[in-house]
Amino acid sequence: MDKRKLVLVGNGMAGVNCIEHILKLKEQSYEITIFGTEPHPNYNRIQLSYVLGGSSKFEDIVLNDLEWYEKNNIHLYTGHTVTKIDHEHRVVHTDKGIVESYDELILATGSNPFILPIPGAHLSNVISYRDIKDCEKMIEASKTYKKAAVIGGGLLGLEAARGLLNLSMDVTVIHVMDTLMERQLDPIASKLLQAELEAQGMKFRMNAATEELIGEDRVEGLRFMDGSVLDADLVVMAVGIRPNVELAKEHGIEVNRGIVVNDYLETSVPNIYAVGECAEHRGNVYGLVAPLYEQGQVLAKRLAKVETKPYEGSVLSTKLKVSGVDVFSAGEFIDQPDTKAYRFQDDFQGVYKKVLVKDETIIGAVLFGEIDEGVRLFQMIRNGAHEKELKTIFSRAKTEKESGTSQVMDMADDELICGCNGVSKGTIVQAINELGLDSVESIKGCTGATRSCGGCKPLVQDLLQCTLGDNFQKVEKEPICSCTALSRDEVVEAIRSMKLTTTKEVMNVLEWNQENGCSKCRPALNYYLGMAWPKEYEDERTSRFVNERLHANIQKDGTYSVVPRIYGGVTSPEQMRKIADVADKYEIPMVKITGGQRIDLLGVKKEDLPNVWADLDMPSGYAYAKALRTVKTCVGEDFCRFGTQDSIQMGIDMEKRFERLWTPHKVKMAVSACPRNCAESGIKDIGVVGVDGGWELYVGGNGGVHLRGGDLFIKVKTREEVLEWSSAFIQYYRETAKYLERTSHWVERVELEHIQEVLKDEGTRAELIKRMDEALESSKDPWKEAIEERSVRQMFEKVTIS
Amino acid sequence: MRVSTLIKIGTVDEFQVNVGKLVEIEDHAIAVFRLADRKFNAVENRCPHKGGPLAEGIVSGDYVFCPLHDWKIDLKDGNVQAPDHGCVKKFDVTIEGEEVFITL
Repeated sequence: MDKRKLVLVGNGMAGVNCIEHILKLKEQSYEITIFGTEPHPNYNRIQLSYVLGGSSKFEDIVLNDLEWYEKNNIHLYTGHTVTKIDHEHRVVHTDKGIVESYDELILATGSNPFILPIPGAHLSNVISYRDIKDCEKMIEASKTYKKAAVIGGGLLGLEAARGLLNLSMDVTVIHVMDTLMERQLDPIASKLLQAELEAQGMKFRMNAATEELIGEDRVEGLRFMDGSVLDADLVVMAVGIRPNVELAKEHGIEVNRGIVVNDYLETSVPNIYAVGECAEHRGNVYGLVAPLYEQGQVLAKRLAKVETKPYEGSVLSTKLKVSGVDVFSAGEFIDQPDTKAYRFQDDFQGVYKKVLVKDETIIGAVLFGEIDEGVRLFQMIRNGAHEKELKTIFSRAKTEKESGTSQVMDMADDELICGCNGVSKGTIVQAINELGLDSVESIKGCTGATRSCGGCKPLVQDLLQCTLGDNFQKVEKEPICSCTALSRDEVVEAIRSMKLTTTKEVMNVLEWNQENGCSKCRPALNYYLGMAWPKEYEDERTSRFVNERLHANIQKDGTYSVVPRIYGGVTSPEQMRKIADVADKYEIPMVKITGGQRIDLLGVKKEDLPNVWADLDMPSGYAYAKALRTVKTCVGEDFCRFGTQDSIQMGIDMEKRFERLWTPHKVKMAVSACPRNCAESGIKDIGVVGVDGGWELYVGGNGGVHLRGGDLFIKVKTREEVLEWSSAFIQYYRETAKYLERTSHWVERVELEHIQEVLKDEGTRAELIKRMDEALESSKDPWKEAIEERSVRQMFEKVTIS
Repeated sequence: MRVSTLIKIGTVDEFQVNVGKLVEIEDHAIAVFRLADRKFNAVENRCPHKGGPLAEGIVSGDYVFCPLHDWKIDLKDGNVQAPDHGCVKKFDVTIEGEEVFITL
């Protein structure tokens, strides 16, 4: 039987999302054709502001690349505009002469930017802000012109204005009302937003109506109703959008403001549907993405002949995507005589929160400055939750600490647990129940949760515990990866007692279920073997992550960054000249000071790395490695009027002592010359603080994902003692921590008192230091090695055939 | 009709075992892997996730792990492994004597 034919007019987010749902529900049910006017595959229009702001390229915001269309057997016509619908014969015609028949037709023609009907609107450099073409025009204009005016202080206008600021333009936003984003914010939040944006350099003309645009061919300025004038070389109109209904209207489909649809997205003509910004449902036309997706889901089920609830309209929520500003709003948020509000305002921190309640039901909210509660509030608003539930939100952090129960219990199934990979609570619970998962590791394998930044691991752990209930046994034993059931301690013990000397041997003897291991266990085994047999073990390059194999940091575009060692952060004019020369010679696109007081050369091509290193003639800074990164220092007693110690020399000594030492995870250190802690010793793996007549050593500090202040480990009198105690600490960490366990986690796991107890014994310290010296003995500077040894150098070469 | 061309990309010993190598031919960027003495595989050097350079990934058996976000890809057929989805284009590699050829 021939497949039924489905035609989609409009290759944008709403329409294509609907097609994706249909494919998910019934892969082979339709032969699908898509027509799009823009010459691109479907991209994320919401993220245009990132392209404009320069943080994303067009490729980054593509949602469905051409391969996707191909893989799903979709005929895609880009650059084609459908001009005619013949619903008697069920065919559509395009401007380029294609005629396509359909059984079902979806209109997702989106909307057009509204251009103010004022004199001068046709001048060049007057543009709208709607598609990738508009972005390109703005970027182009910013290269020549300086002064930009954005008409419209709504969401779109402010995003455009922020993008233009990033392009170094002088930007004035013109708004006809006296508050910004009045459809999404209440007056207090609007004013806070305006103040914040002004601080970022944006200018505003409020209560200003534009009467005409001045200029000959190109726009040169704006004249307002009150007669005043503003110079501008570029004018962006972001005053609103109009549903694109022309096509429907011309062909007898009922149109009001948008194309009129019922609760199943059906138009007035059989077999023709509409979704997205072009559709009008129960008198509402939506311009935000969430409602469009909700519509798409209902229509997809309808077309795939799966039972569905009708679409009954959407509650809106907004998050403003402007750097440095967190704003959220949802539902109804303007105070009325019959509403009550929960309010919180902190002018010092720039935080404002308001939740509106009517008849004991939560109906809307505005959050400014801190929007963590946004997701939960939005759900409550959608569900019409009782005002009592507000308590569970705003006092949650407190109760959690007091009662020890986890917040995951209160979360709804569709709330996200893993923000990086978009995994919801429901997905994880389902995976635990249906697949019988019993560890965070297996949840990661099936759902992807915790895979990226790992910040959600405690939540997943809690969720696992709550879901399994009595069946959950807190497993002390955590396998090192999914290739084995053995824990770190068992593997290391086997390596030592059975004298295992290569990763292959470990995997064979200990019966790995994956013969060749994986990207988790191989680097770990390589580390454990090197730690256990410092003299004998030959490092396995193939078991190292690219950064440690090539001794540089891979960047998202496949180039690398190079950070030379600059001991204690103390450089010299000569060294700086050398670095500058290298940056010029290899056309290095960015030279940046790092957080650890070093110089980062970013964007180096792989094949240039050995030459860059040779020309620098400096040791590797190990900025890519699980090893000592840097020792940050303050200027110390030689210069500072508060300094009590020579922190610079102490830092240099420590950096020279520990450089090239492989550790379970990266190790950062700092030395400050007084408790003012200008080198941030409190958040380092080892932080040294000079005090009058001695030094304090702090350990287990961390300024990253796991923010933690260091614990005072010991106070000593001399520089030698600082080196002795930090050496013993590092070596004990090397020998007992799990691979990829930072000192902050390790100290919490084995406990500070235990470490202090072990290292208290002078003999133990001496033994540890001896073993560390053995490990350092055989270490060589990797950059030098790459320059000198042909076999290493070979790795940096590529093959080019022309 | 599709015409395939064999293109020489080097000799066997120019490829280190279990270390990927980037081979650029015309518009193609191809990650070539020598998995054992005379066993080669080649795929497009572009992870379907965020375009990561697969030639730099850790190789484990028949799989390569993308260096950017650890996606696991089967070099035998180019398929992405669960929990992720997708596939990369695969190229045929043949060895004659000591010479390595790729089919385009």
